[in-house]
Amino acid sequence: MNMEVYSREGVAGATTRLFTFSAIVVVGTIILLSRLWYLQILNGDDYRQKSENNRVRIRPILAARGMILDRFGKVMVDNRPAFDVFLLREDAGNLKEAIKNVSGVIKTRPEDIETSLRRESPIRPVRIKRDIDRETLATLLTNRLDLPGITVSIEPKRSYPYGNLGSHLFGHIGEVTEKQLSIGSYTDYRMGSLIGKSGLELKYETYLKGVDGGKYVEIDASGRELSILKEVDSYPGNNLVTTIDLELQKAAEEAFKDKAGAVVAMDPRNGEVLAMISSPAFNPDMFSGPLDSEEWNLLINNPLKPLQNRAIQGQYPPGSTYKTIVAAAALEEGVITKDMAFQCNGSYRFGNRNYRCWKSDGHGSVSLHRAIVESCDTYFYQVGLKLGIDKIAEYSRKFGLGQPTGIELSDEKSGIVPDRAWKQKRFGTPWFEGETLSCAIGQGFNLVTPIQLLTAYAALTNGGDVYQPHLAKAIVGPDGKVLRTLLPEARKKLILSPETVELLKAGLQGVVNEPGGTARSARLDDIKVGGKTGTTQVVAMRADQRVKGEDLTYWFRDHAWFASFAPVEDPRIALVVFIEHSGYSGGHAAAPVAGKILKSFFDLEKQRKNGVQAEDNPAPLPAPIPLSDTPVHEAL
Amino acid sequence: MIDRRLISNFDWALLGITLFFSIIGIINLYSASYSFSAGRTPVYIKQIYYILVGLIGIVIILQIDYKNLERYAYWIYAFSVLLLIAVLLVGKTGGGAKRWIGIMGFTYQPSELMKLTLILALAKYFYNRNKVGGYYLRDLILPFMMVGVPSLLIMKQPDLGTALILLSIFGSIILFVGVRLPSLLIAGSSLIAGVPILWHFMKDYQKMRLMTFLNPEADPLGSGYHIIQSKIAVGSGKIFGRGLLSGTQSQLQFLPEHHTDFIFSVLAEEWGFIGSMIVIMGFLFLVLWGVSIAKECKDRFGTILSFGVIAMISWHFLINIGMVVGLMPVVGVPLPFFSYGGSFIMTILIGIGLLLNIRMRRFG
Repeated sequence: MNMEVYSREGVAGATTRLFTFSAIVVVGTIILLSRLWYLQILNGDDYRQKSENNRVRIRPILAARGMILDRFGKVMVDNRPAFDVFLLREDAGNLKEAIKNVSGVIKTRPEDIETSLRRESPIRPVRIKRDIDRETLATLLTNRLDLPGITVSIEPKRSYPYGNLGSHLFGHIGEVTEKQLSIGSYTDYRMGSLIGKSGLELKYETYLKGVDGGKYVEIDASGRELSILKEVDSYPGNNLVTTIDLELQKAAEEAFKDKAGAVVAMDPRNGEVLAMISSPAFNPDMFSGPLDSEEWNLLINNPLKPLQNRAIQGQYPPGSTYKTIVAAAALEEGVITKDMAFQCNGSYRFGNRNYRCWKSDGHGSVSLHRAIVESCDTYFYQVGLKLGIDKIAEYSRKFGLGQPTGIELSDEKSGIVPDRAWKQKRFGTPWFEGETLSCAIGQGFNLVTPIQLLTAYAALTNGGDVYQPHLAKAIVGPDGKVLRTLLPEARKKLILSPETVELLKAGLQGVVNEPGGTARSARLDDIKVGGKTGTTQVVAMRADQRVKGEDLTYWFRDHAWFASFAPVEDPRIALVVFIEHSGYSGGHAAAPVAGKILKSFFDLEKQRKNGVQAEDNPAPLPAPIPLSDTPVHEAL
Repeated sequence: MIDRRLISNFDWALLGITLFFSIIGIINLYSASYSFSAGRTPVYIKQIYYILVGLIGIVIILQIDYKNLERYAYWIYAFSVLLLIAVLLVGKTGGGAKRWIGIMGFTYQPSELMKLTLILALAKYFYNRNKVGGYYLRDLILPFMMVGVPSLLIMKQPDLGTALILLSIFGSIILFVGVRLPSLLIAGSSLIAGVPILWHFMKDYQKMRLMTFLNPEADPLGSGYHIIQSKIAVGSGKIFGRGLLSGTQSQLQFLPEHHTDFIFSVLAEEWGFIGSMIVIMGFLFLVLWGVSIAKECKDRFGTILSFGVIAMISWHFLINIGMVVGLMPVVGVPLPFFSYGGSFIMTILIGIGLLLNIRMRRFG
């Protein structure tokens, strides 16, 4: 029987239960009091003693960040010992005077030192200057008697021995932000910890970052260190072996010189990036120390945007390099055949407008091969019309355009592959057929990044693998043990018939090697190079943009492209050279640069095979700076 | 207005101990924050403002007959849950957790309000269904949800300590209203089964703290630091303490968070065993006094409500001091009247206001 009786009276049995509850609290109180008795009375002397001696401080020992190495183990990014100056208020005696004295030596304004002091508690040494040079260090050491309370610590500092070389690739580090610290996942960082901010430094932060150690340091009543009670060693970060070939990177930089633009080289067989340049570059070193605001302003106000990685973030019209993709689409879709010829009289009339070919005399009757070799615009206007914009877009996407390639660097741009739907969405207007003509020669709405164009050309030559270009080959522990190997990944398969591929490769080979080809300046003596030039007119597109008078000439100059691969039969390198506002055609400006880089590549290959360059043998990893051996705070 | 009879029934003793605790709490906070008064308003000054606001809150609460609260209990409860959801969506972050929301320039911690509104909602629920002979499991489904939803939301912030307080309040209340033994056993064992789920929700640092509690010496530089330093502070106070502003542990800032969760170690260091004992006995007095309020109350709603408030204060007191003296893991439960924090001190004072209210109207 289940009698449920509801009542609104008091709580049944309340008195007993309240008594029980009181008893529990009384027992709890007794336990707390006994514990206090135990701590304060039975062991009070002990603990008092401990608190007297408890002048124990925790001093962090910073871990050395992992190195970044090239594919043969050459160090590209490293650490070096840096000296930081600290001031301990308690030891300084007359603080005003101490600040005055030291400010002269370290060349810091006394007000700035006072500001740093205010942020920390009086019993902790406060960093008043980072990374002093050897000369300042020597001055500090010689004047040590006049500088009470001043200590110097040795900490690892990031160093980029090759300066600007590959700066966009490596990225930079900087102090962790308060915002990052406030979210749970940054528990290993403290105020002032350095963290990867961009490039590989950011992407592989978790591997590169070591584990900071720390030590219990006993100090006397005035804060002077007496002894180290306990020490937990720091553990250096893991090293990152990249796919980059440092020598090729150098050669590319040498060939590119101080133009603005980008160079990316890749092994088309596996998507390994061999070299990547974005110019102008910056020196990542300036970020690993105190950031000089003047330098910083120069950097961010530079109209050429040195911080931008043009190879993955610069979006440009592909120009004639795009014709290869249009031709592939046309062949695959059967709208043209190899021998189908079109007439070029120097321009093509469509609607009520004349669409010009770059060659004003015209190419006469052209079929596919010569249209590619001589980059005939009129031919591609007509092919484009036959295909229609949606087909062109479909193939562009198959080649990986219009989407990020997925390379391990942040903020990659996706470019634009225009089609009817895109235009409706973006502008709310229907597609005009005239726009198809511009798009067919890569001059319309289309935008590509150099790395996208590179993966597209690589896919053409490697049997259709559109790779996710990659930069990290392996993660290697500080002891040299390989912890993780990173394998290339094909994002998608581009399926083209073998005939199409053969026809296109033959055409691209002709661009470089046949009379009348637009990229004869990229020819090599013994290796067959294939490629396609592109010259992008900026004026027509940017006529509406306001640019200051004195810059006008520069900002309205043409861009130059050259997308290439070699050897044509079985390419081991794919290379894109992009020169921003070069003012010359792809064939005149970009192709010669590409030629030099390709030559270096094959020369290096030959040298390595012959073992001429002894230093190319994978060198054992250099040992990290043994920071845990050096006392962190060396009293002066 | 309040009539004369209510004033003559006013519980001056409870108000007295509240003021006593508030004042020594401020003095202790003054000492704890003495060494880092860099420019900003010192925390003890802010705490005085919070206490004044809380006292005004008590005066307001006294105007309303607590029985009227019964009618709005679920609405107030729902409002608190919404605030907790708002915290997760638009909350402010501090010290690695998202616990606060900004209202008109102030930041408020809604999980503190939740402690009181959970008590209100449970009191209403058990008031409305009074079952002779104890509750069945099916009667407890809704209360379980009442505590479960906010606890999960709070754990997500993450704030293990407050979630733990909600669960202790809930446990105390259902044991108080009476549950049939078999139902109790089932509920108990399912709670134990829920421990792995709890573990899953815990952040790494929370797991670390629990592990550290078991063996603090294993990681003296990291998580064990709190407990070791806190024990040294407490122990070094000996019988009479080192005197106001003279505790080296706290003054030299060996102790992190010594103005919030570890405030008691400052008291124990500076006032010794004698001072600590006075405070602990004061808390015991407060709890027993509160129990007598619950006992004298003839009204079921008022009885459960007052008991809930007393349970809330008791658990804060026992868990916090237990943690400071190294008997409990470091879970982040503050000490009433002593720990710095506006939302928390207001919750405690409003709770006291409810007790005063119930006591005052015990014959109504």
